[in-house]
Amino acid sequence: MSIIERIKKGHFWKFHGGIHPPEQKFLTNDKPIRTLDLPDELILPLQQHIGQRGELLVKEGDKVLKGQQLTLLSSPMSVPIHAPTSGIIKAIKSSTIAHPSGLSDLCLFITPDNVDKWQERQSCEDFYQKSPQEIINKIANAGIAGMGGAGFPTHIKISSKPSINYLIINAAECEPYITADDLLIREQSTTAIDGIKILDYVLQPEHILIGIEDNKPDAIKALKKATKDIKKITVCVLPTKYPTGGEKQLITALTGLEVPSGQLPINLGIIMQNIATCFAIADAVINDTPLIRRVVTVTGQALAKPQNVWALLGTPVNYLLEQCGYQATKDKNLIMGGPMMGFNLANDQVPIIKTTNCILAPSKQEVSSENNEVDCIRCGQCADVCPSQLLPQELQWSAKAKDHVQLQKLNLFDCIDCGACAYVCPSQIPLVQYYRIAKAEIRQQQMLDVQAEKAKIRFEARKKRLEQEKIAREAKHKKAAEARKASMNKKNEGGSSATSAVAAALARVKAKKASAQAAKNNENSITEQPTQDIDTKSKVAGAISRAKAKKMALNKEAKENNTVVEAKVVNTAKSNKTDKDKDKDNDNDNDKKARIAAAVAKAKQKSAQRASSIEQKPEIQSVVEENTSSRDENKKAKISAAVAKAKEKAKAKKLATAEIKDSQTSADSEINRQEKKKIAIAKAIAKAKAKAKKQQKEETK
Amino acid sequence: MTTLIAIVVLGIMASLFGALLGFASIKYKVEGDPLAEQIDNLLPQTQCGQCGYPGCKPYANAVANGEAINKCAPGGDDTIKKIADLMGVEVQPLDENHDQDNSPKVAFIIEEDCIGCTKCIQACPVDAILGAAKQMHTIIIDECTGCDLCVAPCPVDCIEMRPIVQTTQNWQWDLNTIPVTQLD
Repeated sequence: MSIIERIKKGHFWKFHGGIHPPEQKFLTNDKPIRTLDLPDELILPLQQHIGQRGELLVKEGDKVLKGQQLTLLSSPMSVPIHAPTSGIIKAIKSSTIAHPSGLSDLCLFITPDNVDKWQERQSCEDFYQKSPQEIINKIANAGIAGMGGAGFPTHIKISSKPSINYLIINAAECEPYITADDLLIREQSTTAIDGIKILDYVLQPEHILIGIEDNKPDAIKALKKATKDIKKITVCVLPTKYPTGGEKQLITALTGLEVPSGQLPINLGIIMQNIATCFAIADAVINDTPLIRRVVTVTGQALAKPQNVWALLGTPVNYLLEQCGYQATKDKNLIMGGPMMGFNLANDQVPIIKTTNCILAPSKQEVSSENNEVDCIRCGQCADVCPSQLLPQELQWSAKAKDHVQLQKLNLFDCIDCGACAYVCPSQIPLVQYYRIAKAEIRQQQMLDVQAEKAKIRFEARKKRLEQEKIAREAKHKKAAEARKASMNKKNEGGSSATSAVAAALARVKAKKASAQAAKNNENSITEQPTQDIDTKSKVAGAISRAKAKKMALNKEAKENNTVVEAKVVNTAKSNKTDKDKDKDNDNDNDKKARIAAAVAKAKQKSAQRASSIEQKPEIQSVVEENTSSRDENKKAKISAAVAKAKEKAKAKKLATAEIKDSQTSADSEINRQEKKKIAIAKAIAKAKAKAKKQQKEETK
Repeated sequence: MTTLIAIVVLGIMASLFGALLGFASIKYKVEGDPLAEQIDNLLPQTQCGQCGYPGCKPYANAVANGEAINKCAPGGDDTIKKIADLMGVEVQPLDENHDQDNSPKVAFIIEEDCIGCTKCIQACPVDAILGAAKQMHTIIIDECTGCDLCVAPCPVDCIEMRPIVQTTQNWQWDLNTIPVTQLD
């Protein structure tokens, strides 16, 4: 008889062990799921699943709409979170999260604006139009993680698919208090089945099995009704036994297959999803509603009206308890999750997250938080009930001795933390707590080992590098030393050889001789000194004349500056003036000629004394040039310069013919220079006069 | 005659076995000291030098050659116990010269105070400090072994050892802690 035939006939397998804790589902399974008012504040931990948290998309003070994505799907193992209602991000800070450690993690604090305004949604009536990949992306972006308790990202689970034999929907809900899935199936069976259909479309499994315990008759009826047209889906009613809802246990119970130690169900072609996850998938794909709320069973005998509620993610536990009539006892004992696998909460400010299916507020009689552990009596009941067929008492001893090697030999990591062993233990040993500690320690040790190995590799690499650097440095030093040595040797060779010493001595003697000769030459040159004196004299004269010329030029410039404005005004009368200037110049010419003649005579005398005045020439020339250049600076100066040049030419002609026919060429040039200077001076005077005239004219005007 | 035969036969056998042993000693020669390797694997590899040896490997070699087994401060009693088991000697308490506090720590550079002298970089045995001359340095926390060696060379005392922050990832269940109580 094949597996599926057996299932069709309702013959199932049994898994080892299991317990029958007293049923407490009656507390909540007769009331509908209640929708609560918005709390005053929502606290959203950035990480609500196994994996990494996403990157933040919002900042403090941002206004968010209901369903708006708050973190990014930044790595494959991350799951985004969404705003459960519209409001303002009040703070992003560390706060106590739902974790047994009571540690803090980064949380978003949202203050609802009570408008509850949705972001734009696009519902999709026919998901068969979409490609499976599109649906997987949709699920990933809706922030869906396994809602049964572990919180494994759903999009990872359903995107790794070889050929799937069985898709198993877990609706067993074996914890004795929780009725969240039961109520969800009863009220929302159509949507839940839609979710299963979506998974069917994406995964294409051969069979779909819904595992449900027989203590939920209404839910079974609802499921059967909803699936009666679908051949592929089989609703499998299993006898009530804890922990049927465990993944491996449910697989064994439904198919008789056992997932090997250290392997995943996918290796057997089996994928399991919780029924609440299916509902969330349907909501996300069809209604474009991300995972922002879930059904939470708020139960326990410390509550006046325990009930299942639709809780927005981020709702603080104390708000839920308040709504369900919590009578606070002196020592609060709050459990998140069921009584078997849940953990005690550090305080009642922690928020509901994606994996929270139950808040249990037990009375003192229900769950005692006292630890009355006594020694193990080797009764072996724990081994009888262990669903993973481990040896709990052996494990306990090894865990107490911290013998990690032995623990791993005893397959500690196959323990599913179900707590059946602790439940049956007559010595009240919290066995499962010991295993949890041991598991955490082993994981920590493994992490440390990896780190130590890494540190070792890095240390070795560094040592090697340093050695190489040292060798390289030594080689470099050696090379440098050799180079130094070689160059030293070269020098030494030159100095030490006898011939070179002799040569040096000879050179020194020669140098001495040369210096002696030079001294003699100096004596000879003393006779020539008068001419040199003359040279200096002429230089002095040149300098004086230059200074004079400069002075003149400066004076002239100053005057010009004063009269610039006036000059501009009388621009029109310029031509007349220049004519007048010319006339004046002609008048002055005669005086000047006489003076020039005298100067020329002086110059001749000087030139006679001079042996050579070649050096002087360029200097004087440059002076003249300087003068002219400074004059060039404005128009008037240019005009006067032109006039002066004309005069100069005339004079030069006269001089050349009348006086200095027989003079030397050098003297001639000297005269020219002198003349030029004189002319420049004359010009400057003329200009000054012209200006005076102009001024007069202006005044008269 | 019999005696002679006996001597000859035994002589041949002796030379045969000798040759065999000689061959085996060359063929199956073990590189390094296997005991030192095993001890090195037990040490925490912080490379801190608190044992007086420049790194874990040299200390492992020394222990293999008879050095005291109780000098590894970061490893603490756990490591001493493991080495004692391996060596078949008595467990000793940690050497009294060492700090008793071997809680895991990482170095932290107060970056505002760092002058970029690179002295800590040279001191770090696992190259876990990032930086360059006259540039701010920082610790790569994931690589830091908490060996303490960078603290002393810092001329401006801007390096401090901080306990590793407890997160949900490295949190340990502890039954012996005071039970969680609520404060209202």
